[in-house]
Amino acid sequence: MLEINNLHCEIEGKPILKGINLKVDKGEIHALMGPNGSGKSTLANVISGHEDYEITKGNIYFKSNEINELSASERAHEGIFMSFQYPVEIPGLTVTNFIKTAINETRKAKGLDEMSSREMLKKIREKSSLLDIDSKLLSRSLNEGFSGGEKKRNEIFQMVMLEPELAVLDETDSGLDVDMLKIVANGVIKFSNDNNAVLVITHYQRLLDYIVPDFVHVILDGKVVKSGDKSLANRIEDKGYDWLKKEIK
Amino acid sequence: MDFKEKLLDSHLAFEQDVDLLHPIHKYRKNALKRFEKDGFPNKSDELWKYTSLASIVQKDYHLSPISDSNIELKDIKRYFLNDIDSFKLVFIDGVYSPFLSKTTHDGMDICVLSAAISKSKYKKTIKKYFNKIVPKNDSLSSLNTSYTKEGAYILIPKNVEPEDPIQILHFSTGVQNSIWLQPRNLIITESNSNVQIIERHQSLSEHKVVTNSVTEIYAESNSFIDYYKIQNDLLSSSLIDNTFISQEKDSNVSVHTFSFGGNLTRNNLRFYHKGSNISSTLKGLTIIESRQHVDHNTLVNHAKPNCESYQDYKGIFSDSSVGVFNGRIIVEKEAQKTNAFQQNDNILTSDKSKINTKPQLEIFADDVKCSHGCTVGQLDKQVLFYVYSRGIPEKEARALLTYGFANNVLESVRIPSLNKRIKKLIASKLGVNLGFDL
Repeated sequence: MLEINNLHCEIEGKPILKGINLKVDKGEIHALMGPNGSGKSTLANVISGHEDYEITKGNIYFKSNEINELSASERAHEGIFMSFQYPVEIPGLTVTNFIKTAINETRKAKGLDEMSSREMLKKIREKSSLLDIDSKLLSRSLNEGFSGGEKKRNEIFQMVMLEPELAVLDETDSGLDVDMLKIVANGVIKFSNDNNAVLVITHYQRLLDYIVPDFVHVILDGKVVKSGDKSLANRIEDKGYDWLKKEIK
Repeated sequence: MDFKEKLLDSHLAFEQDVDLLHPIHKYRKNALKRFEKDGFPNKSDELWKYTSLASIVQKDYHLSPISDSNIELKDIKRYFLNDIDSFKLVFIDGVYSPFLSKTTHDGMDICVLSAAISKSKYKKTIKKYFNKIVPKNDSLSSLNTSYTKEGAYILIPKNVEPEDPIQILHFSTGVQNSIWLQPRNLIITESNSNVQIIERHQSLSEHKVVTNSVTEIYAESNSFIDYYKIQNDLLSSSLIDNTFISQEKDSNVSVHTFSFGGNLTRNNLRFYHKGSNISSTLKGLTIIESRQHVDHNTLVNHAKPNCESYQDYKGIFSDSSVGVFNGRIIVEKEAQKTNAFQQNDNILTSDKSKINTKPQLEIFADDVKCSHGCTVGQLDKQVLFYVYSRGIPEKEARALLTYGFANNVLESVRIPSLNKRIKKLIASKLGVNLGFDL
C-alpha cells in the first residue's frame, strides 16, 4: 500500500530525511519510534504532502502510484490521513461542519454525490459514540478550547469518519491520560482491518501496549536503522536508543 | 466648471421643486452655505487621511437623474429578502416607486420623506427630529441636507413591533450615466417599540453612480432597532453612507454593515447616547477584492452612565483592495460605569492588499471598562495544511477559514433568512459551494 524508497527531504535547505525506506501493506499496523529530532514527524508530514518539505531524492508510492507531486488534499482523496501531533484550532467552524465538508469534498473528488444529511447524521452518531464523544463537543468550534485529550480524540474521530486506507498517527498518545489513551486506542483498533493500514508514530511504547503493532521501526537521524516486531519497542523502552546508535557505528 | 461649483449653482434649479416655505428649507440653505465653505473633504482632513474622494468628485454627475420607469418587479425581486409581502420602500434612480413599494400609515408610518415633509400632520415630528443629530462640520452630510428631498420615513409608535423586517432599497438603472444620488432617511422608534430594517443600494447595470446618503435614527427609551446594511454593489458604484443614531435611555441599537463590493464605500457611523442603560452594537464584515476600497469610520459617544457599546469589525482583503477602519470611542466625564469594547481584525490575502486601522479611545471618566484592539494577518499556513490534509482543496479551504473568521459577525444577524442570504453571498464571493449550508 505504502512504499517509500530512499526518501531524502529537506526543509529550508536543511536535510531531515536521509534515505528512508519503508513498506506498509494492507492489514498491517506499523510503529515508528525514534528520539526527538530524528525525523518522525517530518516523515508524517511528507507522506501527507506538506508543502514546506521538499523531496530532494527518492519516491513515495501509494497503492502503486508515485504521489510525490500530489497536493495534500489529493493525497487525502487517495486515502491518506494524518492525525496531527498539534491539531489546529479553527474558531467559527464547528466540528460537524468541518467533517461534513471534508467528507463531501472527498466524495466530490471521487465523482460521488454528497452524502445525504440523514446518512451523515447517522454516521456522526455512530462514530462519536464509539469514541465516547459528547454531541455538544461536535457543535463547538473545531478544537477551540478543547483539552489536549479532546483534540487528539477529535483527530481519531475524523479518522473514523473519513475511513482512510492509510492512517498516520503522529504522536497521538502525547498529552493523553490513561482513560483517554484507552478510548483513543480502542478507536484505532476498531478502525484497523484487512483493507487498511496504520502507521503509529510515537516516543513511547505505552500506546503500543494497546495498539499492538505488527512491525516496529526505529528512525535515527533521518534513516530507518532497525526494524523488528513488538519486542523491539520493549527493548527501546528498557534501554533507550543509545545501544542502537552504537550498533550502527 | 468643477463639480462643487455645479452643486452650488444647481441649487436654484433644485429649489423650483421644493416648498421654500417649509421650515426645513432653512436647514437646506444653511447646509449649502456650510458646504460652500467646507467643500469636499480631502486628505488633509484627519478623518479622510486614507480615503480620497478626488477621483470621484473631479468628475461630473447628473444631480436630478431621469428615472427608468420601465423597471418591473422581476428586475429587482432577487434583491428582496423573501417572497413574503413585507413593507418596503423602493427608489429607482432616486425617485420613489409606489408601484414597487409597500407602505403603510396604519398603526405606524412607513412612507417617503417627501410625503412626511409635505403633510401637515407630520410637521411636529419633522420639526422635532429632522437634522437634529447631523454634525454641522460634516461637509458631505451638509451637502446631503442642502439637497434633501426624498428618502425613507419610518415612525414606529409606542409599543409597536412590526412583524417583518422593513426594507429600504435604492436602485440605479443606468438609463443615464454618471448620476449623483442623495437619499435622506429619517427613522424614529418610539418607546418600547422594536424594528428590524435592511438597507441596500444596488446598481442594476454598470454605470457611474455615487450615492451620498444620510440616515438619521432616533431610538426613544427602551426601543430596539436592528439595522442591516448590505453593500454588494458593482465596481462602477460608490457609496458614502452617513448614519447618525441618537439613543435614549434603555434603548438597544445594533448596526451590521456587510461590505462585499463597490468602487469606493465609506461608512460614517455615529452613535450618540442621550440616556443611561443604553446598548449599542456595531458590527462589520468586509470582504473585497480587485481595486475596491471600503472605509469604516465609527464613533460611539458615551455621554451617560451605565451604557455599553460593542464593536466588532472584520475584513478580508484580496488583490489590490484597500480597507480602512477608524473607530473612535469617547467616554465623557459623566459616563461612569461605561463598558466599551472595540475590535478590528483583518486578513490580507495578497501582497498588494492593504488595511489602515486606527482604533481610538478617549476616556474622561474614571470608572469605566474599555478595551480596543486590532490585528492584521494572513491565513495561517499550518491551519491551511490541516484543512487540506482532510481532503479539502485550496479554494474551499480558504473559504472555510474565511467563513470561520467571519462567523461571529454573522452569529448576531437575527433575521434567519437574511443570515442565510449573507452566507450565500459570502460563498458566491469566495466562488465555492461547500458541503454544508454556508
